[in-house]
Amino acid sequence: MKIKPGKPRAAHAPRQLAQLWQLRLYVVDQSPQSRTAFANLKQFCESHLKGRYRITVIDLVKQPQLAKGDQILAIPTVVRKLPKPVRTLIGNLSDTARVLVGLDLRAAD
Amino acid sequence: MKINGGKSTSATPRLPKSPTGIQGLDEITDGGLPRGRPTLVCGGAGCGKTLLAAEFLVRGAVQFGEPGVFMAFEETEKELKANVASLGFDLTGLVRRKKIVVDYVHIERSEFQESGEYDLEGLFVRLNHAIDSIGAKRVVLDTLEVLFASLPNEAILRSELRRLFRWLKEKGVTAVLTAERGREALTRHGLEEYVSDCVILLDHRVNDQIATRHLRVVKYRGALHGTNEFPFLIGAAGISVLPITSLALNHKVSTARIATGISRLDAMLGGRGFFRGSSILLTGTPGTGKTIISSNFAQAAARRGERVLFFSFEESPDQIIRNMHSIGLRLEPLVKRGLLRFHSARPSLYGLEMHLATMFKEIATFQPHVVIIDPITSLMDSGTDSEGKGMVTRLIDFLKAGQITSLFTSLTQGGHALQQSEAAMSSLMDSWLLLQDFEGNGERNRVLYVLKARGMAHSNQIREFLISDRGIDLVDAYIGASGVLTGSARAAQGALEKAAVLTSQQEAARRKRELERKREAIERQINGLRSDYESETMELRRIDEQVGTSTLMLTTERTASGILRQADAKVPASPRGKARNGNGTR
Repeated sequence: MKIKPGKPRAAHAPRQLAQLWQLRLYVVDQSPQSRTAFANLKQFCESHLKGRYRITVIDLVKQPQLAKGDQILAIPTVVRKLPKPVRTLIGNLSDTARVLVGLDLRAAD
Repeated sequence: MKINGGKSTSATPRLPKSPTGIQGLDEITDGGLPRGRPTLVCGGAGCGKTLLAAEFLVRGAVQFGEPGVFMAFEETEKELKANVASLGFDLTGLVRRKKIVVDYVHIERSEFQESGEYDLEGLFVRLNHAIDSIGAKRVVLDTLEVLFASLPNEAILRSELRRLFRWLKEKGVTAVLTAERGREALTRHGLEEYVSDCVILLDHRVNDQIATRHLRVVKYRGALHGTNEFPFLIGAAGISVLPITSLALNHKVSTARIATGISRLDAMLGGRGFFRGSSILLTGTPGTGKTIISSNFAQAAARRGERVLFFSFEESPDQIIRNMHSIGLRLEPLVKRGLLRFHSARPSLYGLEMHLATMFKEIATFQPHVVIIDPITSLMDSGTDSEGKGMVTRLIDFLKAGQITSLFTSLTQGGHALQQSEAAMSSLMDSWLLLQDFEGNGERNRVLYVLKARGMAHSNQIREFLISDRGIDLVDAYIGASGVLTGSARAAQGALEKAAVLTSQQEAARRKRELERKREAIERQINGLRSDYESETMELRRIDEQVGTSTLMLTTERTASGILRQADAKVPASPRGKARNGNGTR
């Protein structure tokens, strides 16, 4: 029996790097916070995840039934669907440090 | 016809209300919660906030055709359905038929990060979507305070809550919000500052290890409401608030009388027993036969074909049946025929209100003619004095409204002093029988008297109350110079009296005989005297005759001698007349 210490971790890390980031941004149509959030999110992704991300913007005014699924209360909210685990971040993403922690973006570097 | 239009303008403007359908709550609030406005329901843990809110919603959907949205922050949809199902509400069915929407809002502080500003538009969107999807008129938010623990920015939260309540009012939905009771304020996070229309406070208090729930309408803007604290309970059919003050003294009364099963007792009550539908109190010290009289009463009623409901708080049904059998009362056939039903429970099993609710339910399902509660005192002991009296009042009112005759037994501690609770209860009772022990001569005897009987002539006499294997009998207690005598003393006194009578009878006979003898003696004496008298009379006559003869002879002799002497005088023919003449001439 051979013990392989650290091997799963070693295997996991590069896969995560290669993985596509799926992000959902819940917004409400005309709200300025929503627009700020989208702009901020886009900027973060460009600088940290270039070419490896996809942002889905969900307008709850048009699709209110989707709010229940991700338990959305606050607007705006970003949900990181992939990579797992799911992470949620609320606010207009103006606090950079918090966004890095909240979305665990440093892992992507 | 525009009567309605005219009416609404002329009538004083009344706050529109949404009936809750919760038993008693609509009476207290005079019609329900303010329509189109939020109502705050606050209280400590486990006092029934969620249930009250859920019942408001379910009854709205079922009884008043108003669909509702339940936004749950604490319980999942599944948990909520299970919880209200225990009260007989079919939430699943209502959700399926689109009468109710349950939206479980899960928000956990550890599961998200915060970055920058945000608002709670998501909550608004969800709520709005839920309301519009079924055309909801009622909304429950249970409980918003969870947000205070989950959302780090309280300033945002408070401004959003203010916006939420404004929005709810604009939406025109009748909302119920629940909140935890705070230490000093009504709610822990001061939700009352947003809800100013109606505040209901729930409370769950423990007195002597028995918990009772209370409800109080703290505030109801623009409407009259009962301000008292009302006990309420959560039963198998939901919440029922029991307002004491809502009951009025206007029940119908019957002049029919019902026999007690003890003919001497009927005789004491004007010969015909108690009034139907009246309340009867039977007080007595332990072992005076309260249960026996109650059972007799039950048996008599059941034998007439009436249904009897026997609430026993001391003995199990089997024990009562067995014990009554020993005095010749056979109750089990009546139980089998469905005329007599027992309901036994320990008084400490649950609080007073729960007992009352159970009793109401039993009475409503069995529809009895006679209800017996044995004993009411042990039940009253499970609450405070005022609670106990309130309970008895409500029970009696409930029974009287249904024209049900009720017999309450009451256990007194001392030999004579009436307890305060009884004096208080007395005013509620139409008739009051008192059972007492008389101790003396090394024995204990039971006596019974009628303390009061409203509306009927009744005996003021004390009766001895005998229990034998043939049942109950009442006998006159001996009341004489030596006081009230019962039991063997009464028997001894009887024997004593009998002996005295016998002695005096014998004495009389003896005297009679003596007098007779005396009379006879006198009679004999009289007879003797009479014969003496007779003989005297005879003697007297004889003397008279003797004298006559001798005179005649004398005259004759004189005449003869005259003749002999050749007297010139003529001798008359009759010797006597001659003699008299002769005398006259002399």
